Amino acid sequence: MSLTANDVNKIAHLARLGIDAQDTESYAKDLSGMLDLMTQMSELNTEAVEPMAHPMDQAQRLRPDKITEENNRDKFMSIAPQTEDGLFLVPKVIE
Amino acid sequence: MHTKSLSELSHGLQTGEFSSVELTQAFIKRINQHQDLNAYITVTEELALQNAKAADARIANKKADALTGIPVAQKDIFCTLDVKTTCGSRMLDNFSAPYNATVIEKFNQAGAVMLGKLNMDEFAMGSSNETSYYGAVKNPWNTNKVPGGSSGGSGVAVAARLAAYATGTDTGGSIRQPAALCGITGLKPTYGRVSRYGMIAYASSLDQGGPMTHSAEDAAIVLQTMAGFDPKDSTSVDLPVPDYSVNLNQPLKGLKIGLPKEFFSADLNAAMATKLSEAIDEYRKLGAEIKEVSMPNLKLAIPAYYVIAPAECSANLSRFDGVRFGHRCENPVDLTDLYTRSRGEGFGKEVKRRILMGTYALSTGYYDAYYLKAQKIRRLISDDFKRALTEVDVIMGPVTPTPAFGIGEKMSDPVEMYLSDIYTIAINLAGLPALSIPAGFINDMPIGLQVIGNYFTEAHLLNIAHQYQQVTDWHKQTPKGFE
Amino acid sequence: MEWETVIGLEIHTQLATQSKIFSGASTAYGAEPNTQACAVDLGLPGVLPVLNEDAVRKAVIFGMAIEAHIAPYSIFARKNYFYPDLPKGYQISQMDHPIVGNGHLDIEVDGVTKRIGITRAHLEEDAGKSLHENFHGLTGIDLNRAGTPLLEIVSEPEMSSAKEAVAYMRKLHELVRYLGICDGNMQEGSFRCDANVSVRPKGQKEFGTRAEIKNINSFKFVEKAINHEIERQIELIENGGKVVQETRLYDSAKDETRSMRSKEEANDYRYFPDPDLLPVIIDEEFKAHIKANLPELPHAKKLRFKTDYQLDDESATILTTSRALSDYFEAVHKASGCEPKLCANWITGDLSAALNKADLEITESPISHKRLAGLLARITDNTISGKIAKQVFEALWQSSASADEIIAEKGLKQITDTGAIEAIIDKIIADNPDQVEQYRSGKDKVFAFFVGQVMKEMKGKANPAEVNKILKDKLA
Repeated sequence: MSLTANDVNKIAHLARLGIDAQDTESYAKDLSGMLDLMTQMSELNTEAVEPMAHPMDQAQRLRPDKITEENNRDKFMSIAPQTEDGLFLVPKVIE
Repeated sequence: MHTKSLSELSHGLQTGEFSSVELTQAFIKRINQHQDLNAYITVTEELALQNAKAADARIANKKADALTGIPVAQKDIFCTLDVKTTCGSRMLDNFSAPYNATVIEKFNQAGAVMLGKLNMDEFAMGSSNETSYYGAVKNPWNTNKVPGGSSGGSGVAVAARLAAYATGTDTGGSIRQPAALCGITGLKPTYGRVSRYGMIAYASSLDQGGPMTHSAEDAAIVLQTMAGFDPKDSTSVDLPVPDYSVNLNQPLKGLKIGLPKEFFSADLNAAMATKLSEAIDEYRKLGAEIKEVSMPNLKLAIPAYYVIAPAECSANLSRFDGVRFGHRCENPVDLTDLYTRSRGEGFGKEVKRRILMGTYALSTGYYDAYYLKAQKIRRLISDDFKRALTEVDVIMGPVTPTPAFGIGEKMSDPVEMYLSDIYTIAINLAGLPALSIPAGFINDMPIGLQVIGNYFTEAHLLNIAHQYQQVTDWHKQTPKGFE
Repeated sequence: MEWETVIGLEIHTQLATQSKIFSGASTAYGAEPNTQACAVDLGLPGVLPVLNEDAVRKAVIFGMAIEAHIAPYSIFARKNYFYPDLPKGYQISQMDHPIVGNGHLDIEVDGVTKRIGITRAHLEEDAGKSLHENFHGLTGIDLNRAGTPLLEIVSEPEMSSAKEAVAYMRKLHELVRYLGICDGNMQEGSFRCDANVSVRPKGQKEFGTRAEIKNINSFKFVEKAINHEIERQIELIENGGKVVQETRLYDSAKDETRSMRSKEEANDYRYFPDPDLLPVIIDEEFKAHIKANLPELPHAKKLRFKTDYQLDDESATILTTSRALSDYFEAVHKASGCEPKLCANWITGDLSAALNKADLEITESPISHKRLAGLLARITDNTISGKIAKQVFEALWQSSASADEIIAEKGLKQITDTGAIEAIIDKIIADNPDQVEQYRSGKDKVFAFFVGQVMKEMKGKANPAEVNKILKDKLA
């Protein structure tokens, strides 16, 4: 299985990941190499196998419905790139 | 002072042989002397001395714990309040964490002294510590060689005695592999044993923090502080923490050791095979029985891992978007530009590769063939281990295919690099505990022996490692120039 | 050509928990921006979600109320997309294994009952808000709402008119409020609706291409938006065009829907199980505990009101729309010991009208159930007439006195002394010989004139039955 530069650009857009144009080919090559590695998986019949999402065979623990967090806005805002009036600022969102 | 074990250090502090401030100053001096190793990203000298003073007061009040006053260095993946926490990435070069990871809180409560934050592969993605934004870390046994990764700074800080001990995290071998290549002891606990809260996630179902130390005896003391239930982590296990030191001296007579034939195939490097069989002979002498086991699906661990870990990381790293923290590009023209440029500039090449791989594996039309398939293989691998561990008490094998390779040697071929994880990643897929202990040298470079146990048998693994360290002195070797 | 409409609704209800679904931050509405967004809500590096038990409980309560399958094993998944109000770059939601499976809700339109299937209901976290006021051409992000628990309730495409859609939405709105799992406040966004609308030639089996109308947050707009969309689609097809599958936004000011192209670009959400969360296991014990504490559901209560209290369908329906109203009714009935019919009439009549006029909820009624019961008891024992009772009711609304105090203070006690009534009737008969003549010659209508005169003379305090009886005797 091999990916083209165009495939890489599409995936990069889904991931909102800027990639230098001159690197696209090398990513395509690296990813294709990784995918070759993965073709080994298809050699094994796993039809009856239950997928394993997690190593823990446990149920989700539930937290009591209590307010435990206090306002810590100033601290959080102090590490943000751009804020005003207690809001995080981003380029204009068009709906 | 810097060559002492943790219990010797604790004893020295409590008997007044030296103070925590003196000990801390001694380590800071060493850190400054050996900056060329590039083990630290941030040295928190001022904070360390504050911690040390507080520790001395606590010791004077006879309220010291086993780690009180002893200097530790933290992998820069753990969030530390008001201290720069980079995860080895440009993305977080400006990030001062607004809170402490649970593990950091535990060390603080124990009265540990934090020397600083250790270099690592960017977002823990790498097997050689060459993907760090802060540059490659050098192996003190040969500074042209890699220290292993991703906890390369941790491996080096301990091996070169730039900290009394360190923490690491292990997603596919990131504690065990640098431990092996740096000649120290590293333990990856059972998934869920150590809290992940505040530990910046790479692959959430695989990540686990653990100790990196000179010996199993030290590792037991450090794990005692790190382990435990955390209500802030849904994947933390609510089981009592046993005393990890109490059984270190149990004799190993009758211990059943399994050697997977898949690990000891013709593919294994001959020198490595010789060294491992010498180590296993030591165990035979200690009374263990050796048995061959088979885990037929192990060979698929690498492809399964390199689907699952990137898939999880592709989502885990979406929060780095230049909006609330971290790197933001200059003058974004619109939202898409803000995202793509901030992320494009903030992440290095290996991180991008894995985000792309993971995004692809989860996307419409490929999910079943990659992600779901990998999960099924994960089940098969996990079942292989479960089966083998009903036949034997522990499984032993290599940690790495070879001793440390040269800096730059494998950077051009990611797949070649991934293959260096071949003996470690299956353990993360299954969520089992495993440790790496120094087991000799090949061409003057250390190698490790891996011991894999059943879920929550850390105490037993440490006992098995400690007994070996009673009859060998590989773990006591110090690289030249770092004595 | 005749057209047929197919509508399915997705309703997002904010669950009325104190804290968020995955963090301990408050969910209270209206706080200063970002003061209720904690490290977990902000998606800071290293933070982890822990599930709120009450959100799970409320989802299960809903599932039981719609007689749905409660999944013993449900899974949280990450829905990946980038948007500034979504801090982690993914929303924690449920995909393949939702907590609530197939259920149903019965609606009534024009007197006909129709059962609407509910495909599923799943738990997820709400996003924050983008504020588009001008910050030098930038958008401000408030993440207070991020992480508020939502139950997304997805119906089958089984509604065939805007009217049915509104009836379904109202019924669901009543139900979630009745169950106490959602405050139902539509202005604050606690109950939001997306509608999937398509048309097809009558009789055709296959569905037409659907458009999704986003965020229609009032019953009125739902009806208008859907009707508008139906017309748009029919007109489009009849003019040779084709409906495209897309998301449209309803503009209430212009009464039209318009395409939201910005949200359209190739979404591939890449759902996968969230590795920070484990499967939610709902065992029999958990369910049994909820079931034991489950309130009597509206439908069952309505049937009980009809059989136990002999109420007509209309009264029983009105009284069981809300738990507070039915509780009030039962409390009045119990405290007064009066005929249920009398209690129901006063509650659905005078009291409801007064509350409506004052824009108050039953829980805010100035007349407590005890005070109303006091009034009804005096009607029943003939101390006052129905007419006088209305005066007493007015006074109850205005003051805090009891019915007995008001009756005593204003001297409203009904006169049952036949001697006094007879004396007045004699006087009236003597004063109105013409009317007496007319009545006796067969004009029965004149009887009402005499009753009126007696009541006027006695300021309404005479017992009407007594008056009738004596009048009839004297005029005979």
